[in-house]
Amino acid sequence: MLHFERWKIIAIVATCLAGIVFAMPNLFSKETVAGWPSWMPHGQLSLGLDLRGGAHLLLAMDTKELDRDWLVTLRDDARKQLREAKVAFTGLGVVGNAVQVRLAKPQDIDKAYDALKKLSEPLGNAILGSTGNNIDVEKTGPDLISLRPTEQGLQQRVASAASASVETVRRRIDSLGTTEPNIVRQGQDRILVQVPGFDDTRKLKDVIGQTAKLTFHAVHPTTTAEEAKQTRVPLSYKIYPSDEEDGGSYLLQEAPVVSGEDLVDAQPGFDSRTNEPIITFRFNQSGARKFGRFTKDNVGSPFAIVLDNKVLSAPVIREPILGGSGQISGNFTVESANNLAIQLRSGALPTKLTIVEERTVGPSLGADSIEAGETAGMIGTFAVAGFMIFAYGLFGLFAVFAVVINITLIVAVMTVIGSTLTLPGIAGLVLTVGMAVDANVLIYERIREELRSGKTPLSAIDGGFSKAFGTILDSNLTTLIAGLVMFWLGSGPVRGFAVTLSLGIFATVFTAFTVTRLLVALWVAAQKTRKIPAPL
Amino acid sequence: MFKGVDFFPHGTKIPVMELRGYCVTISTVAALIAIALIFTKGLNFGIDFKGGSLFEIQSKSGPVDIGNLRSKLGALKLGDVQIQGLDQPTDALIRVEQQQGGETAQQDAANKVQEALGKDIKIRRVEVVGPAVSGELKQAGIIAVSLAIVGILLYIWFRFEWQFGVAAILALVHDIVITIGVFALLGFEFGLTEVAALLTLAGYSINDTVVVFDRIRENLRRYKKMPLIELLNLSINETLSRTVLTASTTFLAVLALYVFGTEVIRGFSFAMLFGILIGTWSSIFVASPFLLWIGVKRDWSGAVATTKTAAGKA
Repeated sequence: MLHFERWKIIAIVATCLAGIVFAMPNLFSKETVAGWPSWMPHGQLSLGLDLRGGAHLLLAMDTKELDRDWLVTLRDDARKQLREAKVAFTGLGVVGNAVQVRLAKPQDIDKAYDALKKLSEPLGNAILGSTGNNIDVEKTGPDLISLRPTEQGLQQRVASAASASVETVRRRIDSLGTTEPNIVRQGQDRILVQVPGFDDTRKLKDVIGQTAKLTFHAVHPTTTAEEAKQTRVPLSYKIYPSDEEDGGSYLLQEAPVVSGEDLVDAQPGFDSRTNEPIITFRFNQSGARKFGRFTKDNVGSPFAIVLDNKVLSAPVIREPILGGSGQISGNFTVESANNLAIQLRSGALPTKLTIVEERTVGPSLGADSIEAGETAGMIGTFAVAGFMIFAYGLFGLFAVFAVVINITLIVAVMTVIGSTLTLPGIAGLVLTVGMAVDANVLIYERIREELRSGKTPLSAIDGGFSKAFGTILDSNLTTLIAGLVMFWLGSGPVRGFAVTLSLGIFATVFTAFTVTRLLVALWVAAQKTRKIPAPL
Repeated sequence: MFKGVDFFPHGTKIPVMELRGYCVTISTVAALIAIALIFTKGLNFGIDFKGGSLFEIQSKSGPVDIGNLRSKLGALKLGDVQIQGLDQPTDALIRVEQQQGGETAQQDAANKVQEALGKDIKIRRVEVVGPAVSGELKQAGIIAVSLAIVGILLYIWFRFEWQFGVAAILALVHDIVITIGVFALLGFEFGLTEVAALLTLAGYSINDTVVVFDRIRENLRRYKKMPLIELLNLSINETLSRTVLTASTTFLAVLALYVFGTEVIRGFSFAMLFGILIGTWSSIFVASPFLLWIGVKRDWSGAVATTKTAAGKA
């Protein structure tokens, strides 16, 4: 066990040196490292939100709302299809989780079925090919056809809404001027938002908390919402509440004239006359054309600006707006106008996002945590080092050296693979210091045992290393199992702990069987006398 | 050269097996009390598992006035609000229980608290966990601990024999149950980081047990005729110095974490500190009696034959 081939010695020393080189930038400040020549490694450990401060929000999409929206779209599409196919129907509406069509004449059913069947699209799957359709079209009676979204269709819908939400949220957060936000989809219907160094969650929530679906609608020319409520709502019209409390409600055409999708820009500003905060916006070409035509035909009557199904304002059209730009007023503060402008520029969210988890750490607390972790790490290491040297003398010093290399290797690997250091991760490092010396304790105690049984120092050392090997492997692998389970099931900080703990186990087994053994071998080789003294 | 101080006595002959009746009784009673405590007193779950919100605050002007805070936050009618002072007199932790009314209700409550705290108080940490997430975290925690136990059982089964696996797992479950029991007894908060501590403890405690079992296996090969009780005693005593020394270094490292770490780490390091003690106890005094009770294969040269020894007084 004490013989090393030359290439092995070189490999061990090279590994340790590489560890030192890649871990080194962590000892210096970012500015110092930036000034280093380009051939030196610059990578530093990325710190978790709990250490550098920042906001962590887990958002959930409203999948029910998504499903409902889809059914409404489906209903409108079905109406269009039936009209194109010239099929008369007496009923069309959302019933439960399907759209139901009642035909005027039962003999039209095949024609209607063929027309509606066109709405059903095959679901694409890159790996498995087609896996069915997004909606099932079925004849449920002699004059009834139902269109029911399939489970896979709904899932695909949720998936595409999730990726759209991620993009929208990213655009909105980017406009707050933050650095490197991490925005990813998590699970089926969740979005994880992590913004390092930003702890003003109020602002963050304001900017992502609103769907920001902006639409422009025509107001019913004669009937008011109050009258409609008492009699009946005219076909293709709908009652929208006002954004203001006690602001009443409006009877608007359900299909919008123009929507937020046609916006190319939105900026906060002030009304030149009243000096109130407003939002100025600009339409794209098609939006400008639609809006221009509408305003030209409706001079003198009001139109409504609707945000998330609430009427912001309903001004009267004084003259045709042909330039494609305009302004929205409606009880804004400077801040809310600013937020809404950001939201309109970034586009609407497919559905409302609810915050299901929030964890925010202020930068000062993060700095305190790092400091506390450093203190605990230093004192822990000194205590363990003192103990080992007291118990094993020179060989104890070898073990301490091995532990220092161990920690260096962990830090180096974490730096290179870009793993994040969290506060529990620091705890994992400190714990590793305590547990890593176990390998050395096992070896040394074994050597002492061999010595007591009367073996020569050389064969005692040899026997100590070889007999302890199996035990070290077994005992470390069981801890690794726990570490892997934590990594697999844990989130955030716990995962950070699992990373350092698991890496620590690999580093421990490596250093015990290379670094310590090499040092001991060198010590044996350095003994001038033939007879080696008992080392322990 | 300095060889170190070989302070731990060698050649000890602690009759662990003869004491097994007492040891196993003590452990069994402790585990039963722990289970009773967990079910009657219950665990003080943190917001990870219970939902609700938590604020770590710092007063900008002098020590924080907890009484004043209590009346201010009590007026918000948010149910159970706990306020706890921290090491620094300017710092405090506020915990607000989970609100009725789903995910948005938690956010509304958190906003109300932040408004009520006023300008003089800096909020250093906010955690708000809604009912959906806390349910999932609880489930994930239970799955994690169970999976780790099963994984370790399978590994030991594969490397040793099933008898060793079962004995090691019994000792491990004993450690985990008693540690959770202590959390219930002292009413310490039990959250996600404490589950991480339990998993680490599982790894550490099994590590300790494996070292003893490794020696038992080795001695089983070497002393084919030695009575099992004598052989177990020998193995435990031979590994005693290592068990105690490793426990000491790990304890020292974790003690540094406990003393100098922040609030977030405190529960974690407490669980580990206690776990090291109980894990060391169980790998010396509990695991091997279990092994004796289950019986082990004596002949490691190939043929299958097990020596069943009665559980004795245990």
